[in-house]
Amino acid sequence: MQIIENEKKYDVVIVGSGAGGGMATKVLADAGLKVAVIEAGPFFDPANPEQQTQLKWPYQSPRRGAGTTRAFGEFDMAYGGWEINGEPYTQIGDSQFDWFRSRMLGGRTNHWGRISLRFGPRDFKGKDRDGLGDNWPISYEDIKPYYDKVDQLVGVFGSKEGLYNEPDGYFLPAPKPRLHELYYKKGAEKAGVKVIPSRLSILTKRINNERGICFYCNQCSRSCSVYGDFSAGSCLIFPAQKSGGQVDLYVNSMVREVTVNEEGKATGVLYINKEDRKEYRVSGKVIILAASACSSARILLNSKSTAHPNGLGNSSGMVGKYLHDSTGSDRMAFVPELMNRKRYNEDGVGGMHLYSPWWLDNKKLDFPRGYHIEVWGGMGMPSYGTGFNPNDLNKYLGLKIGGYGNGLREDVKKFYGSVMGMSGRGESIAMESNYCEIDPTTVDEYGIPVLRFHYKWSDHERKQARHMHDTFEEIIHNMGGTVLGSKPGADRDYGLLNPGRIIHEVGTTRMGSDPTKSVVNEFEQLHDADNVFIVDAGPFVSQADKNPTWTILALSWRTSEFIIQELKKQNI
Amino acid sequence: MNRRESIRSLLLGSMAGGLALESCVNVSEEVLSDRVWSYQYGRTPAEAAYDQKLLNAEFLDASEKNTIRRLANLILPPNEKGTVEQAGVTEFIEFMSKDFPSLQTPLRGGLMWLENHCNRHFGNAFVNCTEEQQLSTLDQIAYPDPEAKEQKQEVQFFSLLRNLVLTGYFTSEVGIKELGYEGNQPNVWDGVPDDVLADHGLSYDDDWMPKFVDQSKRNDIAQWDNEGNLLS
Repeated sequence: MQIIENEKKYDVVIVGSGAGGGMATKVLADAGLKVAVIEAGPFFDPANPEQQTQLKWPYQSPRRGAGTTRAFGEFDMAYGGWEINGEPYTQIGDSQFDWFRSRMLGGRTNHWGRISLRFGPRDFKGKDRDGLGDNWPISYEDIKPYYDKVDQLVGVFGSKEGLYNEPDGYFLPAPKPRLHELYYKKGAEKAGVKVIPSRLSILTKRINNERGICFYCNQCSRSCSVYGDFSAGSCLIFPAQKSGGQVDLYVNSMVREVTVNEEGKATGVLYINKEDRKEYRVSGKVIILAASACSSARILLNSKSTAHPNGLGNSSGMVGKYLHDSTGSDRMAFVPELMNRKRYNEDGVGGMHLYSPWWLDNKKLDFPRGYHIEVWGGMGMPSYGTGFNPNDLNKYLGLKIGGYGNGLREDVKKFYGSVMGMSGRGESIAMESNYCEIDPTTVDEYGIPVLRFHYKWSDHERKQARHMHDTFEEIIHNMGGTVLGSKPGADRDYGLLNPGRIIHEVGTTRMGSDPTKSVVNEFEQLHDADNVFIVDAGPFVSQADKNPTWTILALSWRTSEFIIQELKKQNI
Repeated sequence: MNRRESIRSLLLGSMAGGLALESCVNVSEEVLSDRVWSYQYGRTPAEAAYDQKLLNAEFLDASEKNTIRRLANLILPPNEKGTVEQAGVTEFIEFMSKDFPSLQTPLRGGLMWLENHCNRHFGNAFVNCTEEQQLSTLDQIAYPDPEAKEQKQEVQFFSLLRNLVLTGYFTSEVGIKELGYEGNQPNVWDGVPDDVLADHGLSYDDDWMPKFVDQSKRNDIAQWDNEGNLLS
């Protein structure tokens, strides 16, 4: 089969259209460069009524919202999930990494929680604090100007708190907390746990005339049709196109490898068009990988050449190593005082209105690094599962369980909005022994060798999860609530979820100044090929107890400016 | 071809092959088209085709559906708020039995257990038993033993059916209205109503108030000073 050559020559070819790829597209197209964006999934615009799920009712679907075809329920806006037909991945031994992929323009930014936290000064220098992992080659001061710009371009609500490691930004005002969140605040503060307004990239106030304002439907996970939340397509790529940028989108195009010349410099990418299943090449002066930490590592490892026999950028053998995800564990509570609630519309924004950033000093603890606490609950829209076990909570009230008849209607109404939950999301320690690599025995349906994973949590993470549950129980007790479910013990890793479940995959192409121990330099440029950059979360040296997106965006902006300068200087 | 027509032809086209092979019932294109358009909720072409495949296959037979309809009416008897028929509960259970094939044997086996039980004790199919006989049967299977580690299969069956009936009802238009969910519409959230705060003995902290959005200024374009203080 012949490779079909694209005659057009681009300044930049960007692989992936999520947070990192979207930001690079915006900055580079605004600078007048000719940009090709190669996306593995279909075109997606949340304003397109044929794709829209926002404001749909459960009864508009025959399965009432069940998660058969989408992992977070069928109205969630991620085309993909932990399993995708025709795109397998494998595991080494009994390790288990769950890999979430979203195949669509904008990638996972279409459904994410919009939690938009800056890394703080301490987060870039973890090794200085506890000797574990490595420091980043950059500091908070290097990235701060870009966080400031991202805040103002994309929009994020929050509040100025003056906390050293939770830097303030250019915030839109925060929404008032919901009722169960006030209960959480009361219980958490009594336990000495700090509580502050959330920081989410949702427009509580107008930031320009192109995007709408939040109308409080609670459905950011469905991607907002008025662009009131941040998604890479609606907030970065479409504006880049509208402002006259030369952006060509190649959708349903699965990149297999980066091609290089004899000197080992990148010349373009090879991709499979999913519609005609033919192979194409598109060339560019600069190649940017933004396919997700693991997908970008896969592309590099599959890009073997005489100049790069171990895969592109892999002379150090570090591509795929140091893969890590956030830690995560959850707990639920029944709050009797929230029974028989007065009804009103408390949808609010698509996420919590307050949360707890990490509040403790590790010197007094038996684990390194911290976690933040997310809060959920309320009188939400019913979906598949609403009404299951309609009166199990009666056991806490000394009442009968089970039965039939119209008493069940009253039970469901009585308990509606009385259950809430907490999720701890924390920092794990990046380890060389946690990695992805090419599985030589398996290909996907496009003939591309797939990834296999090796990932084991250590006691650092297990002890952190144990601490989460101690904290949750104390807060629930303080709220006057009843803890649901038994406390997970050592046999269940203290409730620690599988790596990959929090969908914060980072670290596979980490940055550093030593080319024998890292894949990219501080400008996310491959040590081994100066015209290849990685702007997803692969370059993260460590994933803080934050969410990675805001840092992906800031770093991608910084890297894009570097690329513009280097092209001007004709260095690349 | 307008947009609606082009989508319809796309859907029908992508489904035609699968349907001819897998459909258990013959439906006219008109009926099929109605089914395509009764569910509009942002499906990808592959998802829409999968929905259609399920909608055009049948798992439960007429007698099983009849029994489920009767059971559903005993689990949630009709009242002025709504009925399980209005909520489409039987159709929903039929669909879920194909969407989650693991439900099939427990449902079918449970229904068979029920028929065997009624035949033995009352010499009649469940739907033909008197209401008193039906209720006395439910009394034996509707209450899980709180002390038992594992519930008997007939109790599990009834719990499964009760779950499906309740979720089918409370995700329907009438059920959502009865539950009192007031969202899923454009709105401006400005905090918990004062009377609710008072009922719970809660309030917003004074030092938090300046952090919150002033909804009267939500349309003013945000401007900040160099320190990140919001000016507008």
